[in-house]
Amino acid sequence: MSAQAIARPRVAPNVARLLRRNAWTLGTYGLFVAVMIFTVAIHPNYGPFEVQSLVVGALPLAFAAVAEACVVLGGGIDLSIGAMMAVANVVAARYMNHHDFQTAILVSVLVLVGGTLAGALNGVIALRTRVPDIVVTLAMSFVWGGVALLILPQPGGGAPDGFLALASGNVLTPWIPAGIVLLIVVVGAIWIPVKLSRIGLALYAVGSDRTAAFRRGVRIGPTRVFSYALGGFFAACGGLALLMSTGIGSPLAGTIYTLSAISAIVLGGVSLAGGRGGVMGPIIAALVLTMVPADLILSGTDPNFGQVIQGTLIVLVVMAGGLAPLLRSRRRAIVPGASSG
Amino acid sequence: MSAPATGLRQGRWVAFQGMLRDRPSLVLVGVLLLLVLAIGVIRPGTIGPSWVANTILFAAPLGIVAAGQTLVMLTAGIDLSVAATMTAAAYVAASQSYFGSARAVLLALAVGLVVGLVNGLGVAVFRVQPLIMTLGTGLVISGGLLVYSLNVSHQGPPAVPDIVRYVGAGKLLGIVPVSAFLWAAIATIVIVGLRQTGYGRLIFAVGDNPIACRLAGVRAWLVLLVTYVICGFLSGVAGLVLVGAINAADLSLGDVYLLPSVAAVVIGGTSIYGGNGGYAGSLLGALILTVLSSVFTLLDAPDPLKQILYGAIVVLLAALYVRTTGDDG
Repeated sequence: MSAQAIARPRVAPNVARLLRRNAWTLGTYGLFVAVMIFTVAIHPNYGPFEVQSLVVGALPLAFAAVAEACVVLGGGIDLSIGAMMAVANVVAARYMNHHDFQTAILVSVLVLVGGTLAGALNGVIALRTRVPDIVVTLAMSFVWGGVALLILPQPGGGAPDGFLALASGNVLTPWIPAGIVLLIVVVGAIWIPVKLSRIGLALYAVGSDRTAAFRRGVRIGPTRVFSYALGGFFAACGGLALLMSTGIGSPLAGTIYTLSAISAIVLGGVSLAGGRGGVMGPIIAALVLTMVPADLILSGTDPNFGQVIQGTLIVLVVMAGGLAPLLRSRRRAIVPGASSG
Repeated sequence: MSAPATGLRQGRWVAFQGMLRDRPSLVLVGVLLLLVLAIGVIRPGTIGPSWVANTILFAAPLGIVAAGQTLVMLTAGIDLSVAATMTAAAYVAASQSYFGSARAVLLALAVGLVVGLVNGLGVAVFRVQPLIMTLGTGLVISGGLLVYSLNVSHQGPPAVPDIVRYVGAGKLLGIVPVSAFLWAAIATIVIVGLRQTGYGRLIFAVGDNPIACRLAGVRAWLVLLVTYVICGFLSGVAGLVLVGAINAADLSLGDVYLLPSVAAVVIGGTSIYGGNGGYAGSLLGALILTVLSSVFTLLDAPDPLKQILYGAIVVLLAALYVRTTGDDG
């Protein structure tokens, strides 16, 4: 099970196996297409504006999902993603306010560096204290949440229009929102080199079987810290995206994203046990999770049901995922337990 | 002359460390006493019978919800829906009190049982990872509660039923909190139940090695199901005690209990990977966290700073526990 990710290049291309292995991700894409068709069907005139607002609305969650995916793929879990997003969000909103575009970019760079360091700190604490990462990051979510409140006690601040346009503008035609380009460029520029390099391989190896990876000579500690640092970087991206989509900083707006990000990665085919999945699935799942409540509200459901819908969707999806192997066979026990990391 | 003395001292130190390793609850008691001492230093004269009574009063909801969380963690799971369940039970009780206390309390407990049952079915039967299952139910509950609160308000003003207020905030002879008796009863049942009953031992077994359990013919799914139902029920009870103590219900009443419920169990030495630990530690953990909060209150620190310190100290205490026992979580 663990060696599959590593051995993939040597396996002869086998369509059936490829389909089976990526069934879940393909299912997510299918769900996305289905929801998209439904959305267009219930909208009398679906146009560039709707695409635009979908992307702007989904952008913070997409980054949060990528952040969580990086950590979970490495065999850990980070329950402080949302709180780190909040810190990035308020720092950016506070120091970009009434400044020009250049300053905003400079602040963004500093925020991204800070986010990376914050993520790395989570990893180092989990590693050095040997306290389970769920506990460490749950506690750190309090710490980061407090930091966000210290920086900006109530919603406020702002950012120059040019900076906001990075997400809310469009590229070439109104049909291509700038936000999706930003997402693809940032995630692509970071994730693709990581995935192709040794460290990416190490990440997957440590995530799928820590002992086997150790025996293969992978340095567990640095790899785990790297996965947390990468998570922190994307969480900071998420915080900036949150600023782009709302226009202000809010110390509490980030908190919901921890839960939503975990929902998105599960829906996007990342195994919480680590080492399985990618970042595309979670991004698509983030779009689905943004569209579904909006659609249901548009089709007449009480808007307050948004959270119920999201929760039910997650539960049903993971239950379906659990049911499939259960029905197929009872040969192998699937350990019902928390993530191994 | 000095060398043997150093050696002796080292020997004693090693023996001391060994004692701590064998009896980790001593460390917890030490930390608790240290915190109480800190309060005595910050505000002399605070410590007294009424202070102890109030501390127990405020620790009771946490202690009760930590009991459920302990059981779940012993099976290598986690329940992140406890806070939402507490809030839901508390709010339902308050909003239904118009129709009589009995109905209010029973409905509140039913909320806990249903949440536990759903969690249990997801984890035990559908083999969903506990983290994601309980996260999902938590979202559903808090979202559902919002909808409920918007549709129920016209049925009468939300008020905490008298019986709930008595259990949550009442004091016998003007000093002994009523909730202490409830907490003590639950603690006794959990501690004795874990040691003496077959179900209790199965919790450890399932948490330690589910495959071996299955091969030995244990119906692991049933053990898990029952455990999550108990956890949901205890969360409901904790919600009732909390709303009784505070005497007002709102939609975020229990939210602050999510981290403490996990932290109390972890500080108390129950392994999040299952099969190792017990409720006695969680009980001390709940007391430690409650006293810690009152230290912050006494220091009059701003809220964000309190939050930061709280998180940091939880990590420190958990790290301390891991270090003294040499246990990996």
